[in-house]
Amino acid sequence: MIRSILFLSILVLTGCGVKESKNTESENSELVTNEFTTVDSLGIPIYKFDELEPLLNKKDDKIYIINFWATWCAPCIKELPYFEKINQQGKTNNWEVILVSLDMPSMWKSKLIPFIRTKNLQSEVVVLNDPDQNSWIPKIDKNWSGSIPATLIYNRNKRKFYEQAFTYEMLNKELREFK
Amino acid sequence: MKYLLVNLVLITVFLSHKGYLKDIDKGYGIGDYATDFSLPDINGERVSLADFKDSKGYLVIFTCNTCPYAIAYEDRIIALDKKYKIKGVPVIAINPNDPDLQPADDVQHMKKRAIDKGFTFPYLVDEKQEIFPQYGATKTPHVYLLEKTEKGNVVRYIGTIDDNYSNASAVRTKYVENAVDAMLKGEEISLTTTRAIGCSIKSRKR
Repeated sequence: MIRSILFLSILVLTGCGVKESKNTESENSELVTNEFTTVDSLGIPIYKFDELEPLLNKKDDKIYIINFWATWCAPCIKELPYFEKINQQGKTNNWEVILVSLDMPSMWKSKLIPFIRTKNLQSEVVVLNDPDQNSWIPKIDKNWSGSIPATLIYNRNKRKFYEQAFTYEMLNKELREFK
Repeated sequence: MKYLLVNLVLITVFLSHKGYLKDIDKGYGIGDYATDFSLPDINGERVSLADFKDSKGYLVIFTCNTCPYAIAYEDRIIALDKKYKIKGVPVIAINPNDPDLQPADDVQHMKKRAIDKGFTFPYLVDEKQEIFPQYGATKTPHVYLLEKTEKGNVVRYIGTIDDNYSNASAVRTKYVENAVDAMLKGEEISLTTTRAIGCSIKSRKR
C-alpha cells in the first residue's frame, strides 16, 4: 500500500514538473574584442538597468512584451520574427513589443545595428549595457538564471517571466491569458 | 487506508502547485551533495573528481568554445585554476553543449581551443548531457564551487565569476575568489549564489 502511495505521489509530481521546451539551434561563434562604440552614433538608446526599469513597470492599459535577446544568440534570432509579427498586431490588440538587446559594446556597430537594418526590425529596440548583472537579473525575475532568450510579459494587473524560446503559437497562447 | 492515499495525493498536488516541490528537478542548491562523474577530456581520457586525491574542493565550470560570455571569461578561468589549484581547488571545465546543434563545440574544436589558449585544467565533454542537468546548469559559463567532505562534495557557491564580464580590470567583486577564500579558511561564504547573462546550453533533451 505504502508503495502504491509513493508511486502515485511520484506520478503526480512528475506530471507537475513539466519542463518548458528550450530551443536548440546553434549559436554563431563570436570573438569578443575590446573596441568600444560611442552611444550617439547608434541611434538607439543604451540603458543602465535603472533606465530600463521604467519600461518594465508601465501602468497604462497596454500589454508589454519585453524580449531579452542578442545577435550572437541563435535561439533568440530564430524567435525574433514571431515577436515582430506580434508587434505588427499591436494596434488592434493594445500591446507592444520591446526588444532589449544584450549585445556587448564591441558588437553594437559591427553586429547589432547592421542586424536591425537588414532585418528591418519594427519593434522598439533598446540596449541594456549594465555589466553588474547580478544586481539587476533578480529584479527582472527572481528565478531567472540569466540564460537567453528570455521574455517578460506584463500589464498593470499581471506579469509573467519565461526563461525559454517561443514559437509564434506559444506566444499567442500566452498573450491570450493577458487579454 | 483509502483516505490516507487520497490525502497524500492531495497534499502532494497542493505542495507541487504551491511551488514547494517544483524546484526538485532544477539541480543543486547550496549545501547539496554534487555527483561525481567520469567524462572524457579532449584526448579521450576519463576524468573524475575522485582522481584529485589531495584536493580540498573543485571549481566545476560549465563552459564552451562558442558563447561570447564564455570567451570573455576564458582568461579569468585560467587565472582561477592557476591561483587555486596549488591551494587544492582545481578548475574542472565541462562543455555541456550538443555538438550536433553547435558544431564548433565538438571535441576537435575543444582541443584546438584548449591548446591555443593554454588551458591548465581538464576540459571535459558532457557526452551524454547527463551531468549538466543534475547540477542544474542552464548556461555557459556557470560555476559550481564544491567542497570535499567525508560525506561527499558539497555545493558551496553557484553562479558567475565576478561582477563585470566585459572588463576584468573594472571588477569590483570577485564572487568566486571570495567564495573559495572563505571556504578554505573555513569561514561562511557571504554571497553563495549570483546570476549573470549567459548562452543557453544547447540540448535536444531540454
